[in-house]
Amino acid sequence: MSGRLDRLARWPLWSMIWKEFVQLRRDRFTLAMMIGIPTVQIALFGYAIQTEVRHLPTLILDESKTEQSRSLVRALENTGNFDISREVMSRGEITRRIASGEARAALVIPPDFARDLKRHRQANAQVIVDAADPLSASAAISAGGQIGAIESQRLAARTGTSSIDIRVRPWYNPGLRSAVYIVPGIIGVILSMTMVIIASIAVVRERERGTLEQLIVTPISKTGLMMGKVVPFLLIGYVQITVILLVGRILFHVPIVGSVGQLYLIALPFIVASLGVGLLISAAVKSQAQAMQLGFFYILPNILLSGFMFPREAMPGPAQWVGAALPLTYFLRVMRGILLKGAGLDDLWRESVVLVGFSVVLVGLAVRRFHKTIE
Amino acid sequence: MTAAADQFGIVTKGLSKSFGAIAAVVDLDLEVRRGEVFGLLGPNGSGKTTTIRMLTGLVRPTSGQAIVAGIDVVTAPERVRQRIGYMSQRFGFYEDLTIEENIRFYGGVYGLIGRERTERIAEQFTRYRLGDRSRQLAGTLSGGWKQRLALACATVHRPDLVFLDEPTAGVDPASRRLFWEMIREHADLGMTIIVTTHYMDEAERCGRLAFLSRGHLIGVGTPKEITTRFGLPTIEDVFIELQRRDEADANATA
Repeated sequence: MSGRLDRLARWPLWSMIWKEFVQLRRDRFTLAMMIGIPTVQIALFGYAIQTEVRHLPTLILDESKTEQSRSLVRALENTGNFDISREVMSRGEITRRIASGEARAALVIPPDFARDLKRHRQANAQVIVDAADPLSASAAISAGGQIGAIESQRLAARTGTSSIDIRVRPWYNPGLRSAVYIVPGIIGVILSMTMVIIASIAVVRERERGTLEQLIVTPISKTGLMMGKVVPFLLIGYVQITVILLVGRILFHVPIVGSVGQLYLIALPFIVASLGVGLLISAAVKSQAQAMQLGFFYILPNILLSGFMFPREAMPGPAQWVGAALPLTYFLRVMRGILLKGAGLDDLWRESVVLVGFSVVLVGLAVRRFHKTIE
Repeated sequence: MTAAADQFGIVTKGLSKSFGAIAAVVDLDLEVRRGEVFGLLGPNGSGKTTTIRMLTGLVRPTSGQAIVAGIDVVTAPERVRQRIGYMSQRFGFYEDLTIEENIRFYGGVYGLIGRERTERIAEQFTRYRLGDRSRQLAGTLSGGWKQRLALACATVHRPDLVFLDEPTAGVDPASRRLFWEMIREHADLGMTIIVTTHYMDEAERCGRLAFLSRGHLIGVGTPKEITTRFGLPTIEDVFIELQRRDEADANATA
C-alpha cells in the first residue's frame, strides 16, 4: 500500500461515518421519523388537495337551455372536478350560495350561447370558482378552462368553425397558486426541517453525553468531526427526497417533467447547506432542547418567506431580502423548475451556483466556529 | 529537566488558567516522570480537572507553559493527541454502541486499521477483562464494567501518557481494586499515569502526589513526604486540614 493510500485508509473520518450509521441503525425511532415524516406530510397534503379539488359542489345557471348548453354541462361534469348540485335561476342566487359555502363553483351559460354557435361566432360561457382556498380551486380552474377547448374541438369536428370561450373567474383570491406548485416545495421544506434539526442535535447530544470531550482529545480534525456528521445525514436526505418523489408520483401523480439525475445533483449542495445551518446551531446552543427551538425558529421564515407558501414578488423589500438569504428560496426554484417545467442545469445554473456557495460558506463557518476545546 | 521527563513525562512552568475573574489554576510548576503514577489531590474546585484539561489540550491556558511528551500543548495541541489517552468522569464512550464497537471506533479514530485493529481490540478485551460481553450495549453495563471499557477506549492507541479524571467515582470497591491493579500494570510497562481522585486509599497508591488548594500547588511528594511535611499521620488528615484552611480562607475573603 502506498503511503498516501495508507494515510487515507487511516482517516478518523471513516470511523466517524461508520459509527454514525451503527447508531442510526439502533435508533429506530429517529430512523422511522426520517422516513415517516415525509410520507405523512406528502400524504396529508396530497389527499387534502385531491378530495377538495374533485367533486366541488357546482351550481348551473343555464340561460340557453339548448342541446349545446346541456352538452357543455356534461363536459364540465366529466372532468370530475365538479359535481352539479343544483340549477339556479339568477346570478344573485349564485353569489348567495357560494358566499354561504353551500356551493364552491358555478357554470353560467348565457342565453345567446347556442345562437352564437350556430352562427359560427365565438360562444361565451363563464365558470366561477370559489378560490378562497387556492389549493382546492386551482385544479378546478384549470379543468374549467380546458372544457372550453375540448368542447370547441368536438364541435369543430362536427360543424366546422365554431369555438367556445370559457372565461374562468376565480373568486375571492385572484392571485391564486396551483397545487402542484406546492408539492415539489414540500421536498425542500421537509429537507430543511429534518436536516437542520438532525445535524444540530447530533452534535449537541455528543456534547451532553461527554463523548464530544473524548473526541476532542483524539487526533480527529475539526473538519473530520463535522464531515462525520454531514456524510451520513446526506444519505438520509436523499432517502427522504426519494420517498417524497415516489409517494408524490404513485399516489398523487405529481409530474416529474425534468431529469431526476439533475435534481439529485442540485439537491447535494442544498442538503449540505442545511446540515451546515444545523452544525452552526449546535455551536451556539447548550442543550438538545435549545437546538430544537432554534431549529424551528429557522424553519418559520423558510416556510413563510422562501416562496413555498406565498409568492415572494408580493412581499415587501425586507421580507424579500430575508428570503434571498435562505437556501430554500433557490432550491424551491430548482425543484419547481425541474419537476414541473422540465428545466435543466442550463436554466438553473444561477440557483445551483448560489446553493454551492451556501453549502461551502455554511459548513466552512461551522468548522470555524467549532473549537477543539470545551470552554 | 530530565531527558525522560522531556520525552515521556510532563513539565509545566507558571501554568495558569482564569475563567473571567476566577483564577482556577495559578502558577503551576509540575514535573512528572515516565512511568510514574502521579496523583492530583484537592477539594472540589481546587483546579484538578482544569489542570488535566489544560494538559490534554481541552482548555487553553491563560498563561504559562506545558510540555507533555516533549510537545508544547499550548502551541501544538494537535501533535500531542496521538501520544496521550484521556478518561473523564463521564466515561466518553457511546452507550448505544456495544463494547466491541466502542473499542473499534476509538481504534479507528486513532488511525488503526485492518488486522492491527482487530488484534488490538482482542488485546484490550483481555487486558481489561471485558471477556464475553463484546456484543452487549455499553449503556447496559454496570459501573465497574463501564469504567474498564472507558479505560480500554482511552488506551487503544497505546499512549505514553494517560490522564484519568476521577476514574473511580461511583464504582464499587472490588472494581476499584481491579482498576488500580490495571493502572499499576500500565505504569510498570512505562506508561505515565496522571490521576485525580477523592479517595484517600487511592491517593496512597500513587507514587507521588500533588496537593492543590484553590488553584495553588501546596505540596508535591510521595505520600510519606507529604504527611511528614504537614506533621499529620495520614493523607486523609492532610486533606481534611487543607479543606478546613480553604474554607477559612473563603470565609475571610467573603
